[in-house]
Amino acid sequence: MEIKVLGPGCPNCQELEKRVKKALEELKVEATVTKVTDFAEIGKYIMMTPGIVINEKVKHKGKPLPRVEQIKEWIKEES
Amino acid sequence: MFKWFADLITYDILRLPKGAHLSESLNFFLYDVPKIYFLLIVIVFFVAIIRTFLPPERIRQMLSHKKEFIGNVLAAMLGIFTPFCTCSAIPLFIGMLESGVPLGVTMSFLVASPTINEVALILLWGLFGWQVAITYIVSGLAIAVISGLIIGRLKMEKEVEEFVFKVKQVSAGGEKKLSWKDRVDYAVEYVKEIFAQVWLYVMLGVGLGALIHGYVPVEFVTQYAGRGNPFAVLIAVVIGVPLYSNAAGTIPVVQALIGKGLQLGITLAFMMAVTALSLPEFIILRKVLKPKLLFTFFGTVALGIIIIGYFFNFIF
Repeated sequence: MEIKVLGPGCPNCQELEKRVKKALEELKVEATVTKVTDFAEIGKYIMMTPGIVINEKVKHKGKPLPRVEQIKEWIKEES
Repeated sequence: MFKWFADLITYDILRLPKGAHLSESLNFFLYDVPKIYFLLIVIVFFVAIIRTFLPPERIRQMLSHKKEFIGNVLAAMLGIFTPFCTCSAIPLFIGMLESGVPLGVTMSFLVASPTINEVALILLWGLFGWQVAITYIVSGLAIAVISGLIIGRLKMEKEVEEFVFKVKQVSAGGEKKLSWKDRVDYAVEYVKEIFAQVWLYVMLGVGLGALIHGYVPVEFVTQYAGRGNPFAVLIAVVIGVPLYSNAAGTIPVVQALIGKGLQLGITLAFMMAVTALSLPEFIILRKVLKPKLLFTFFGTVALGIIIIGYFFNFIF
């Protein structure tokens, strides 16, 4: 599974990345997590940061940040 | 109601003497903190509900093919309801330019979005009254519209990094229809998030403000930043820029200083400098704007803030 966390590096994006990792840990699922900070790349997916893309599907964009439980569900959907 | 609560605790339960420094400071604190928390919850909730009707795709669509002036005004007004700090507004900025929204109009949006922020608005309302809050919105809108118009006239499209116009948005997946329950859930989540971020700063800020209120002599500020000092607004802007996005903590302090002779124009200028212009923002914007446009952007906004500051010092 490939997970992308989209955001230029503001506190929100860092928090989101933490939650994604926590979700993976709790589910014991292996996945590559990439942090995308390049606006050209971010702009391809969303117009509001931060965002989560799993297997090239946009799962979340903007604020408020999704809870770990919610992220777990998205991971299950895709695995 | 809030006054009653504060009086009840200070004078009836703790039996502190009226007029003493300590009891005045405590009373001020107990009055302001619950009031601001209350406003924060109510207003953020309603703003969040409105926001569910304005996803970025919708904003982009509303602004494309709009005439110059009308587009700028609309962009600035939409900017009020968007939650963005500049860094999260940039993808939308890219999306707008790519879909043909004029540069000047996108700039109006980019200025208004962080400048007029709901937390700052709530604090101004709670601590200074609605007149000041409205003044803050109107001046913020004016700065956003005018700087957008100026940048639009300067025809600086070449000063945006080239890649911005080349980004092709992958379809973001079908937008699902939101029910009222979804909207309320979203708003509740949003209130929780904002509250978690600012409650401590509000308390610290009001606490410090309360101490100033009770202990700092009136002459203190008048001496340094009062009517006699023509550079006061300028100084406020210079101090405000590095205090990135901490409106929640700074406004209560400023409010206390106002009681000690600080002028309103200075406060507004300071607030806007805190929210609209900052170093991290500058660095992030550099990724999409070339230096010339970046400096023009910062220059116009800073100038706008300074003019507003002097204007209100003059009026009030």
